[in-house]
Formats: sequence, structure tokens, C-alpha cells
Amino acid sequence: MESKVAYDNDLNLKATELRLGLPGTDYSEEQALFSARNNKRPLPELNEKCGSKGSSDAPHAGNETAPPTKAQIVGWPPIRSYRKNNLQPKKTEPEAAGIYVKVSMDGAPYLRKIDLRIYKGYPELLQALENMFKFTIGEYSEREGYKGSEYVPTYEDKDGDWMLVGDVPWDMFMSSCKRLRIMKGSEARGLGCGI
Amino acid sequence: MDPERKKVVEHVAVSTFPDEVLERVLVQLKSHKDRSSVSLVCHSWYDAERFSRTHVFIANCYSVTPEIVSRRFPNIRSVSLKGKPRFSDFNLVPPNWGANIRSWLVMFAAKYPFLEELRLKRMTVTDESLEFLALSFPNFKALSLLSCDGFSTDGLAAIATHCKNLAELDIQENDLNDKSGSWLSCFPENFSSLEVLNFANLSNDVNFEALERLVSRCKSLKVLKVNRNITLEQLPRLLIRAPLLTELGTGSFLQEHPACQYSELENAFNKCMNLNTLSGLSEVTALSLPALYPACANLTFMNLSCAALQSGELAKLLVHCPCLRRLWVLDTVEDKGLEAVGSNCPLLEELRVFPTDPFDEDTFHGVTESGFIAVSYGCRRLSYVLYFCRQMTNAAVATIVQNCPDFTHFRLCIMNPWQPDYQTNEPMDEAFCAVVKSCTKLQRLAVSGLLTDLTFEYIGKYAKNLETLSVAFAGSSDWGMQCVLGGCPKLRKLEIRDCPFGNAALLSGLDKYESMRSLWMSDCKVTMNGCRVLAKEMPRLNVEVIKVDGSNESQADKVYVYRSVAGPRTDAPPFVLTL
Repeated sequence: MESKVAYDNDLNLKATELRLGLPGTDYSEEQALFSARNNKRPLPELNEKCGSKGSSDAPHAGNETAPPTKAQIVGWPPIRSYRKNNLQPKKTEPEAAGIYVKVSMDGAPYLRKIDLRIYKGYPELLQALENMFKFTIGEYSEREGYKGSEYVPTYEDKDGDWMLVGDVPWDMFMSSCKRLRIMKGSEARGLGCGI
Repeated sequence: MDPERKKVVEHVAVSTFPDEVLERVLVQLKSHKDRSSVSLVCHSWYDAERFSRTHVFIANCYSVTPEIVSRRFPNIRSVSLKGKPRFSDFNLVPPNWGANIRSWLVMFAAKYPFLEELRLKRMTVTDESLEFLALSFPNFKALSLLSCDGFSTDGLAAIATHCKNLAELDIQENDLNDKSGSWLSCFPENFSSLEVLNFANLSNDVNFEALERLVSRCKSLKVLKVNRNITLEQLPRLLIRAPLLTELGTGSFLQEHPACQYSELENAFNKCMNLNTLSGLSEVTALSLPALYPACANLTFMNLSCAALQSGELAKLLVHCPCLRRLWVLDTVEDKGLEAVGSNCPLLEELRVFPTDPFDEDTFHGVTESGFIAVSYGCRRLSYVLYFCRQMTNAAVATIVQNCPDFTHFRLCIMNPWQPDYQTNEPMDEAFCAVVKSCTKLQRLAVSGLLTDLTFEYIGKYAKNLETLSVAFAGSSDWGMQCVLGGCPKLRKLEIRDCPFGNAALLSGLDKYESMRSLWMSDCKVTMNGCRVLAKEMPRLNVEVIKVDGSNESQADKVYVYRSVAGPRTDAPPFVLTL
């Protein structure tokens, strides 16, 4: 087997490398170098194309050098997309898996993740968000959005548009919400704080 | 007879053989390989062949132009066309790459007005094209679209509305815009010629009453594959109206109302005497499955790849399918289910095992090497396998091919890239060595797992009948690819992704590519300069590079090389560079 090629000009990616394959194998170095060299796949493109479960399945939260999940390799394993869409193993628990969405708040240093399925409706969701980020959301009205606070809960829907939380029926919201963002300040005002 | 006289008689006999008679004989020839050989004998045989040919198969739509085809073959009634490289099925080819049927249809309308059949694979077909097709060919009988894109159900509506003699409508696995199921209702009320209807992969509801009436009046219906929206309650109503069915694809097999429905279903299946192919069965449960048993006696092909069956359920079902030759399953059946396959299917020739959770590495699901071994002990006639798994050993593969040396198609997908033999931690080289050594008839091979150049040395040395090779995340250096290119005399298609093969490897195949249909290399180490050299040395090859946004200027991200008499593409999008 060829000895490893020197990648003098590359960054020392070994320290932060993500590797596929079993840890501690003899070939790990070669694999790592190879995957580092070819590590040029932008994530958003991949998640779309793979029809995978989205960025919520990114490497584990634990900080070991977890290998990237296969969701990060375009077109692998080689399964046609119609097959992925058709698969519905009904044999597992009747309750479907949770709907996890990321929640960001303007000004907060890191994001949170919540399971929309555990809330019965908007009031519970908003209460949970208030507790999580320690702030208050104003009062919602259809005409004027959220009044009485500089924070406004918004979400990104399936079409990529940013919508005000609360406008659509809860079930529709659950199926179309991709991520949540709690907007603050002047940006928030634009979205319907009734100026 | 005097030898001199015999020679003269023979010579005269061949040269005065009337062309019309020759044509009548040649019309019987169906195989395109045979026809190709015939056309090379001499000028008059070339002419006789081209006039007598009614079907043309074009394996790469860019290898030839519509004009060249129509000039050579004036009497075509049936066309099969393939477009995009196979890796486009896995999103490796950007959208709008090409392979549009339009220019072909325009030629067909002009030169083949009596066209009857069109079978397309991986082509781009728009609704306008489908409408054009529907309106241009009064004798049109059969449309088959497999893995195509660019159209919507509006196009299907045009076909249903205008093709008065349609006998076959086969819409499989396409990336279409499924707007609504109303296309089915566009078949006129007096339309009755359908023999094949496959809309299994469409997702919108069709009008069931319209479908029922359609099935009722198409007395010759032999193939019916419905989508998953057709319920188990509705199925018997279709079955009793289609007594000649040989191929059935059911919709959902979920029983909503157990008691009353079951007897109707059982009766309907009791009457399906002629079924040889069964598919669908989505949402099937242990309760509803037994209703099928009476219809399974003559089944030769069962496609359960949409049915999440457990091992016990599969085992019980297989007892009733003694004639099975082809079986597709999901890995929910696990190794135990495959043991049942080994025990119950001695005539099995083809097995495909698909993964249920291809992206879920954590929980242990699916099949292992034991299942495959079990099948190999019970099904000695196995010649085609497609097997998705998460672990494999060299020893297992060696056992498998020892039991089944007749493999013609061996496609093993160990789903974690670069995964070694999980017991010995060695590369999987010896596994594929065993495959190519034992299976002398091997035509198609897909490799996976941790592989060094040794695998490719073995392939080059032993795989003398290999025509198609698929490689991903494998090899150590250029030498690997060089071995394959230097060693496999019958190689026609080589598709490679994410391997450390560079310019030296690419250029070692200079003399080979004209005898091959195509080469695909993506995310390897080939550079633009390497491709330019290839293009310069081999003017009769089309050397195309697909550039990906944000990649290094000198890297040739995706390379597609193919022989062509059509010259460089005139319709290439901006991201396809022809060198």
C-alpha cells in the first residue's frame, strides 16, 4: 500500500478531522487524509439532495471525533430518491418520532432544540420558549401580531419564508415549521408589532 | 463433388441471394447485437439489415444524432433511449444537465410517423414533449418512462386523452411533478386498448370509479400496478374485473375493517390464477398477508421492497411461493427472513435486499453476512444479487461464491464507506478476489468496503467477462484503475466516485475508451489538464467536465467520457465543459 502522500500545504486538519470508518484501524490516517483532501461538500446542498433528516442529524453533541453521518455524503448509499420517499416502516411504535427544530434567539450565544410534538398548541410552545430563553413574548392578535414586547417569535416554513408564529393552525405549523427564531428589536417590529 | 466446382457454386449462391428474401429472414432477428454483426458482413447485408429493422436501442442519446439514426434506419416503429449517466439517480448530476427527448421527437415526427413504442430511461421529458408525442403519432401504442424527469401529470393527461391505441403506459420511478391524479380520468369512455398500466410511484389519488371503469373495459389488461392510495378495500373490485392479469402491483395492504373485507379479498385472490409477478404491498401486516397465499402458486417475481415485513411473516409467505425466481425485500426481514428464503426458494436466481434506514448508523437494523450466507446455501442458482448491509467479512463472501459460482451480477453495498472486514479488520480485497475468481460469467460488479489496489488487480486479472463496474470510496492509487483498464477486455461501463485515481489512471485508458460506452469519474484526483490531454489525444471521444460551484479551478470535479459519432454536444448547459 502506498505510503501517505504529504499534504504540506494543507491545513493541519488532523486535529479536528472527521473520519469515517472504525476508530483505531491501521488505515485511519490514509482515510483521514483522503477525506480531508476531498472535504469540499457544502452542507445545505447535501441535506436537500439526500432527502435525509436534515441538519438535526449532524454529528453527535458529544465532543469525540464522531464520524460524519452518511447524510453528509451526496448520493450515498446509492438509493434512488423515490425509494427513500416510499419507505414507511409501520412496525415501530405507533407514535411517530419527534419533530425537532432548532430555536435561535437574537443575541443569544447558542441555539436550542425542541421537539414540537410535546406541545399541544401555541400557548404551551410560547411558554416553553419564554422559560428557555428567559424573556417575555407579547400578546398575540391576528391583526397586530405580538404586542407589548420587543421579542417576536418567528419560524421558517417549508418554502423558506419567515412567518409569524401563531397565524396558521397548530397542525399546519407543526408540519411546515423548519426552524424557529425569536427576533428582537427593530427587525421584530417590521414583522407586525403593529407600528 | 469436384472441389473446384463446389467453390464456384458456393460463390454464386451467396452473391445472387435476393435482398427481399434476406430482409424477410432478417426481420426475425430481434437481438441488437446479432443485427450489429449482420450489418458488418457486407454492403448488401448492411442494407438488408437496416431496412428490415423496426426497433432501435440507443444506449447513450449523445453517442449519435437523430439525423444519423433516421438516415440509417428508415422503418423504425419502436425506440429505446437512455440519457443521463447512471449516477444521476443518486443526485450526482446537477439538474438541467440535458438528455432532452425533444430533438428526438421532432425527428421521429418527421421520419417515423408510424412510431408505436417509446421507452426512455434517465431522459428529460417535458409536458410539451408528451403532448407533442400524443398528437404526432396516430399508431402510438406504448410509452415507458423510467427514472425520467421534467414532466408533470399534465403530460400524462395529454397521453391519456389523445393516444387512442395506447396499450402500455408504464410510469416508473420518475422525478415528476405529481399535481393531481386527474390524468387517469382523461382516458375516453370508449377507450379499451390498455394492456399495461403502471402508476405505482405516483402519489396523488386517482378517481377510483374512473379506474374501475377503465379496468373493466380494457379486456386485455395483463399488467396493473396501482399506487399506494388504492386501498385494500378497493383492490378486489379491480381484481375481479381483470381476470387476465399476470402482473399485479397492489396499493396499500393495510386492513381497515378486518372481518368483512377479508373474505372478499380472499375470493378475489383465489381467482388470480395467472399471476407471475406481485409488487406493492405497502403497509402490509400479518393480518392481511394470508389473503395473498392462493395467488402465489405461480409467482416467479415478488417485489416486497415497499413492504416492511418481519422475518416470520416473510417465512410464512414464502412457503406458498415455490416457483420464485426473483425476490426483492427490505432488510426488515433480517437474517432470519433470509434463512427462510434459503429454505423455501430453491429456484431463486435473483435477490435484492434494500435498506430501510440507510442513514441511521446508530441502531442496529437490517441484514448481515449471515443472511447472505444462508441464502447461498439454499439457492444455488443465484445469479443476480444486490445486497445492502452494514457488515461483511471476506470469509463470508468466499463461502457465498463457492456455493453460487454462477453470479452474473454481484452488487454488494457495505453502507459505511471504507469499512473493513469487521472480524479481521482487513480490507475486503479477498472478498472480491473470490468473486472474480469463482464467478467466471460475471458481467456486472459493484464493490464496497475498504479496498486497496489489490482488489482492482484481481478484477483486471480474472474478470474477463466484466462489462459494468461501479466503484466508490475504494483503491489506493492510480495503479488500481490502470489494472482494470488494462485487464477487462469486455468492459463497457466504468463508473467511479470518491477514489484516489488521477490523471495517470485516466490516461492509461486512452486506447480503451472507444470500445467502451462510457466512463464516469467524480470526486477523484483527475485535473482539468488531464482531461484536456485525453480530449486532445482522442478526438472521437466526448470528454465532458461538470464543474461544481466553489471547487478548485484545476480540479475536474465530475468527468464523463463517452464515444460518440455525433461530435461534441450542442445543447450543453454552462456547467458542462466539453474539452
